[in-house]
Amino acid sequence: MKNKLFILILIGLFFSINNSYSKEDHLDELKKISKNIRCLICQGQSIDDSNSDFAINIKYVILKKLNKGSSEDEIYDFLKSKYGDWIVYKPEFKLYNLLLWLIPYFIFFIGGILIYQKIFKKNEKIQ
Amino acid sequence: MLPGQIGFISLVFSLFISLILFFFIFQDYKSESQAPSLKVYSLSFLQLLTIIISFFCLVLSFVISDFSLAAVYQNSHTTKPLLYKISGTWGNHEGSLLLWLLVLSIFSFCFLVQSKYTPKKYRLLTVLFQNIITIGFLLFVIKTSNPFLNLFPVPNEGLGLNPILQDPALAIHPPILYLGYVGSSIIFSSALSAMIHKFVNPSWADSIKIWILTPWIFLTLGIMLGSIWAYYELGWGGFWFWDPVENVSLMPWFSLTALVHSIIILKKRDTFHTWVLILAIITFTFSMNGTFLVRSGILNSVHTFANDPERGFYILTFLFLLILLSLIIFFIYQPKDNFVKSFFLFSRETAISVNNWFMMFFLSAVLIGTIYPLILEITKDIKISVGAPFFNIIIIPFLVPFLFFMIFGPKLKWIKTNENLMSKKLIFNFFLSLVFSSIIYFFWGKATLLNSIIFLLGLFLLLTLLFEFLETITKKNKVNIPRIISHFGFGLLIVSISLNTIFSVEMDINLKIGESYKFKKYELKFNSISGKVEKNFNSLLGSFSLTDPKGDISYLKPEIRIYNQPSITTSEANIKTNFFYDRFITMNNIQNSDFFNIRFQQKPMMIWIWVSALLISLGGILSVFRQKD
Amino acid sequence: MFLDKKINFKRLIIFISTFILLLLLATIFFKSLKTENVYIPDQLTGKEIPNFSSKSLLDNQYLESEKIFINKKYYLINIWASWCGPCRDEHPYLIKLSQNDKLKIVGINFKDKKKNALSFLNKQGNPYKQIFFDYDGSLSINLGAYGIPETLLINNKKIVLLKFIGPLNSQKYQKIIDAINNEK
Repeated sequence: MKNKLFILILIGLFFSINNSYSKEDHLDELKKISKNIRCLICQGQSIDDSNSDFAINIKYVILKKLNKGSSEDEIYDFLKSKYGDWIVYKPEFKLYNLLLWLIPYFIFFIGGILIYQKIFKKNEKIQ
Repeated sequence: MLPGQIGFISLVFSLFISLILFFFIFQDYKSESQAPSLKVYSLSFLQLLTIIISFFCLVLSFVISDFSLAAVYQNSHTTKPLLYKISGTWGNHEGSLLLWLLVLSIFSFCFLVQSKYTPKKYRLLTVLFQNIITIGFLLFVIKTSNPFLNLFPVPNEGLGLNPILQDPALAIHPPILYLGYVGSSIIFSSALSAMIHKFVNPSWADSIKIWILTPWIFLTLGIMLGSIWAYYELGWGGFWFWDPVENVSLMPWFSLTALVHSIIILKKRDTFHTWVLILAIITFTFSMNGTFLVRSGILNSVHTFANDPERGFYILTFLFLLILLSLIIFFIYQPKDNFVKSFFLFSRETAISVNNWFMMFFLSAVLIGTIYPLILEITKDIKISVGAPFFNIIIIPFLVPFLFFMIFGPKLKWIKTNENLMSKKLIFNFFLSLVFSSIIYFFWGKATLLNSIIFLLGLFLLLTLLFEFLETITKKNKVNIPRIISHFGFGLLIVSISLNTIFSVEMDINLKIGESYKFKKYELKFNSISGKVEKNFNSLLGSFSLTDPKGDISYLKPEIRIYNQPSITTSEANIKTNFFYDRFITMNNIQNSDFFNIRFQQKPMMIWIWVSALLISLGGILSVFRQKD
Repeated sequence: MFLDKKINFKRLIIFISTFILLLLLATIFFKSLKTENVYIPDQLTGKEIPNFSSKSLLDNQYLESEKIFINKKYYLINIWASWCGPCRDEHPYLIKLSQNDKLKIVGINFKDKKKNALSFLNKQGNPYKQIFFDYDGSLSINLGAYGIPETLLINNKKIVLLKFIGPLNSQKYQKIIDAINNEK
């Protein structure tokens, strides 16, 4: 009985703490999105990292949209329509990006086969 | 002026000597002697000496601010502190190539001297290949990137170096990094030579080990220094951005780490000949690739190096020819195993193979992420970005099995492991790690499951290694200390980065003087701003007090610097470090307003991240000294 | 050297495929060296601009872009601010362009203070038919701007013909003149 109670308390704590983040001010979401947006006038910074005018501007626009209820994807689509796919750091799952996402796993697969051969093929003599 | 002229003449001299060296190597090759001739030794030394003289002349020109040299004029200033005048020598494209040549010739000569116990023809051919690379770079420098180009009329003052680049970490970052990149040339040349002379065997593996470890150590340190510079200087609070230039240094590190491990297999089991050779060629290819990509201007990055397509063109052609050469040699001389050895599942060889397997995976992820935008742009005229989200999604999940193998792999024995690996100590370690990571996961909402699992395994790795280390002392078990230290460093790195990711606190607000901001029981108050005029910049120093939940107050002073030569405004972060966390604050003024944009971050475990990189290289250093015994 | 024909064939295949891969990569790198790498995000050229609206700078009217870009003329949309140095530099070109019959200039005043903006126009002259007051910058982001000054030339169908980032100069000025004289 005590054990069950203890587990319940743990679960309760777990959920309560995870839900204690206020989603009202959207600042966490802003940060998450900002880390994925390139600052176009900086060299290699995200708009989260950058303090340039452009970055501050875009962050403001994103926050405005978040407060109006736009979803993350809608915001990315909006920015891409204005500035091109280049502005988003995470490459989309489009057909032309297929190779990009698949090649590392493909290499891993090949490597796995090679290792499998090394382990499970018996010693052979080659004349 | 004189040093510049001597420098240039010395460089041209070096080219002639290198060409003559060719001839004498061929001659010596045919002779019956057991050791390279005195002529080869002395010409090699002369080649090194002339390059040293040339390099020294360039450094001297920077130190005395000889603005008759274009490179000095463009990159230096009379008011720069001495350290940065010296480091300015390699802070530009031309000078850095001369540094490259210096390291190349040092390594070449050291190899010649050190390789005493290996066959003469193999040594000569290795030096020959090195010589080809040296000549290629000499031609490149003299023809397209001459650091000794003159200016007339001679200006009175230089254009000054970017203040962001005046930093101690950045000053030694190129030399250390080049020792890593260029060191891999020896592995390349040696591999080709060994292939041709049918010398790819445990004896060769033993002789080449030190030439694999040394570049690996320096590359690890070089990457660490770059990260340290980015963290302290750029003011973004991050230490790794998956910037193309960072990626380009990481790629040879992956293949070099794979080499460090697989050379052991070649030595102990006399197998993996082809794979080691492939790794040797790949490592060098990526090192050279790095040089090319950084200088050619085809990558978008924070590093601003000379963006000159002509230079990129030259390096690309040279690289292409070298790889082609290695492919042809590989095709003709590839060693044939008459007996294909297979491994047992529970053996150390298998564990090391798994390491290589994952290294190649990480390498391919970074490679494809870095060059895919290029490929897409050329073939389809579509421009995309591949940034941190891609690399994190692909790489981080694979750390879980990787860490798992790191924990159990080294416990396996060579050839076959018969005993049961599970021990009470292991289970105890596991549960200890489980407890800690569960606490973090359940009581801190920002910890994702993946982060917590990685933290768990990292901690498990650390504890396991600690126990292994203690066993050496108590039970006098023979254990590989360098491995323990390096792997411990890696485990510490994983644990530090996990904790850093999970527990970082960040705050980005706009404040006016006098205002304060409360967050999570902390309070940040913007007290005042004071102005100061320094030698080459005007400074705005902000004074902030941070009150933590306990009521302790710490003072932070971020700075805005307005330089006049060149006219750049930088934001200098104020970083307060202790064992547990770094507190990091930057201040930027907002266009057209009284507000300042303040970013405060509390980043745990930062110092341990640097310590872990040092530990990783320390293991390598200890291993080098063990070789010498 | 070639003991077993089977092995030799396998090696040849591997060699050739690696060589081809190498060649492909080299070609890509060579080509990328030749292309210019200054990437200017240009999603809007050739496309219709979105509708936008805001208060006017000059009076208390509420301006709507659909109601402004209706005449059979070309429109030059210029994003500027009083605190922006290069905007000051390019202003004479705008004044000159405002005297062209075929063109109407519409301004977007970016994150400025009304007082300063009006004072700027008093001193430098006002080439703008209308001025949108973009006090928080969101309007300009909607037009895909990322710095000021920025200038867009649109035709009467609201299609963007030209986009200039940075201040106007004599070459850009000439391009605008050519475009409004030549385009059908």
